[in-house]
Amino acid sequence: MDFMDSVQLADASNNFVYASMVTLFLATILFSVSFAAGRRRPVHASTTASKVLVESSGSVLLELPEKEASLDPGRRSANIGMSLTWLSFGLLLVGVVLRGVWAGRVPWGNMYEFSISSAVGILAVYLIWSTQRDLRWLGLFVTIPTLLTLGLAVTVLYTEAAQLVPALKSYWLVIHVFAAIIGGGAFTVGAATAGLSLISDKGWFKQLPSREKLEGLTHKVIAFSFPIWTFAVVAGAIWAENAWGRYWGWDPKETWAFITWVVFAAYLHARSTAGWKHQKASVIAIVGWLSFLINYFGVNIFVNSLHSYSGM
Amino acid sequence: MTTTMPPMSQRGFLRWLWRQLTSMKTALILLFLLAIASIPGSILPQRGTNPILVEQWLTDNPTLGPVLDSIGAFDVFGSPWYSAVYILLFISLIGCVLPRLGVHWKAMRSQPPPAPKNLSRMGGTAFEYAGDTQTTIEDARKILEKDRWRTVVGQDPSGVHWVAAEKGYLRETGNLIFHFSLILILVGVAVGGLFGWRGNVIVREGEGFSNTLTQYDAWGGGRLSSADNLPEFSFTLESFDVEFERENSQEGAPRLFEANMVVDRPGVEGSTRHLVEVNEPLVIDSAKVFLVGHGYAPHLIVRDSQGTVVLDDAVVFLPQDGNFTSTGVVKIPDTDPQLGFRGLFLPTSAVDEIRGPHSVFPAPDDVSVFFGAWEGDLGLDNGIPQSIYTLNVDDMTQLGLESLRVGQTWQLPQGAGSIELAGYERWASFQMASDPGKELALVAAILAILGLTLSLFIQRRRVWVKVSQVLEQGSAGTVRVEVAGIAKASGHNATEQVDHIVESLKGKTN
Repeated sequence: MDFMDSVQLADASNNFVYASMVTLFLATILFSVSFAAGRRRPVHASTTASKVLVESSGSVLLELPEKEASLDPGRRSANIGMSLTWLSFGLLLVGVVLRGVWAGRVPWGNMYEFSISSAVGILAVYLIWSTQRDLRWLGLFVTIPTLLTLGLAVTVLYTEAAQLVPALKSYWLVIHVFAAIIGGGAFTVGAATAGLSLISDKGWFKQLPSREKLEGLTHKVIAFSFPIWTFAVVAGAIWAENAWGRYWGWDPKETWAFITWVVFAAYLHARSTAGWKHQKASVIAIVGWLSFLINYFGVNIFVNSLHSYSGM
Repeated sequence: MTTTMPPMSQRGFLRWLWRQLTSMKTALILLFLLAIASIPGSILPQRGTNPILVEQWLTDNPTLGPVLDSIGAFDVFGSPWYSAVYILLFISLIGCVLPRLGVHWKAMRSQPPPAPKNLSRMGGTAFEYAGDTQTTIEDARKILEKDRWRTVVGQDPSGVHWVAAEKGYLRETGNLIFHFSLILILVGVAVGGLFGWRGNVIVREGEGFSNTLTQYDAWGGGRLSSADNLPEFSFTLESFDVEFERENSQEGAPRLFEANMVVDRPGVEGSTRHLVEVNEPLVIDSAKVFLVGHGYAPHLIVRDSQGTVVLDDAVVFLPQDGNFTSTGVVKIPDTDPQLGFRGLFLPTSAVDEIRGPHSVFPAPDDVSVFFGAWEGDLGLDNGIPQSIYTLNVDDMTQLGLESLRVGQTWQLPQGAGSIELAGYERWASFQMASDPGKELALVAAILAILGLTLSLFIQRRRVWVKVSQVLEQGSAGTVRVEVAGIAKASGHNATEQVDHIVESLKGKTN
């Protein structure tokens, strides 16, 4: 690749990431507006409304939600926020792909690249899930951590694209890191719903789905991500065996991946243990997510680990 | 924990203990303990991964160090308390899943329970259409069986016909497979720990290695492994190629490591050439040869006071940082008094006030070696084995400091001799490992993921279809069909399944 091409690609990749951040920031503002407007709505407005609708006749059923939507500025801004989140996701995906083209490899060679890819992971889990059910109310609590991740990426973690260090030259990089990014994205969404379930009876948060509903959603998203995380750990072990001659060596990264795994295993057990199903389980889900974060930021930056590829 | 007091009789107490140990709450607490117990292993240096850092830590913390050492804080994952947690967890696991195995076996072979009396209470759907009871029941059964429901047909005392169906047995099957696979992983780890071995060796360019115990710098094997039966092979490191990033912000990052090896093994005619890279180990029978590190070995020529050559060899220096500032030691026991050198090898030399002499790039662009020389007693005769990388200067006096470039010679003060930097070579370090338990662990891990996926994604559901004759006048040949269903797990339902059955049944009659 000649030099000009390379510089243009680098700029293009960075510009797409910045554009995605601006879009996501606007989405966050709109979700905030919707959240602020929602505080005046009766408790669990949407659920009660839909119950009435089911019981009423067909014609009413069709008219009411549209009227409601046009009357409620909160709902309208949430819809725009949702569209902007999709747009931001698309822009970020292009940014990540261009980064890979620029570097001539998968864009997972240092922490900047891991972070922008993780942001794609969080948004992907949220957006794909939102096609299954109405998750507009969750938008604010997903876009904020995503924005924080991107903010850290472009400021503190930014690294120019370069070739991979020999230790990373393996197709296991693609498999292992892809699983970790999706698993981590889902853990983040799960931490958001778990956190909300703990405060869902307080103040403005009363507009959100009920505590039980939030707990159920947390369970669903963690039940989805736990096998993926398990796969990421096993894929990492296979790779480690191939690179270092042992599949498990209690390197700090491996240790924290294991701790994360154990905490989420505890979460799943708590969900079927009397007296632990509710707040306690939600707290465990958040602790699991924190240990995921420690593994990502803490071990990469502060600990002398075989996995210290931050590029900083 | 439960609030019940332990019974007084011995048998009763044991049963109480077993029930406590195998309860879900105990499993939860043990999982937490396992997570918490792992944390010090990631914060403190561990003997298994970094013994040098452990010694450093102990030297830096003379009061706290020995206390932590005595409780196994530097070997967390082999310590008795860590073992206690995971052994208890596995006992709890076995105690929990073994009875479930029996229960599930029975459930797998039993029929779905008959329809409850009042289906409408379960929020089902009811409709009427033309048809007779028998064919409708038969249709419902066929639809269900096509979707792989287990079905049973029956009749209420009141004469209402029903089909009961159940699905999702694989959820518990998966759950059991997952938990038993965890035990299997532990067995695989144990087999590897008992029968496996691992050895490390540093080989200079042009040097050879043959796979016997004495040739290793370090070798460790499990209790049941045998150092006498190592696979027979030998190799020569022909050359070792390294490249580093020279541009952009990641300057100095490694880009290429390649060990060109010539390998001889029994049963194979002649020598074979192999390229060993970081992610490309060399596989020989049950063993693998991994490239794990590299560094520099300055070629030194030491002469004694008479000018006689007492050392003419490349000495392995160990890298201390990413730019390969490397340290090494030379011991000359045959002179009188004995000579000792500490050296600092700098591939790309720089000196500043804060860091002193150091290297600024890992490639050998501007090589120099800083030497400190001592004479006296090396302390080799007291019987305590010494590391070849440390010099004990307790009984020695320093002669001076000097820096040398390639080709330069330092005449030691007081005519004690000389040291010449003749050149430098590269060395590569290899890890040879054999783990006979790893295949088992891998199969078990794959089974675990499979079981986990089944147990988390499959839902156990029951549905019932009830068909009764409508007895009102003028409605002969009309039946009333009720369909309802439940999901076992909270947060799930059978609405979709019920709707599907209703749609299919309606489709059949139309």
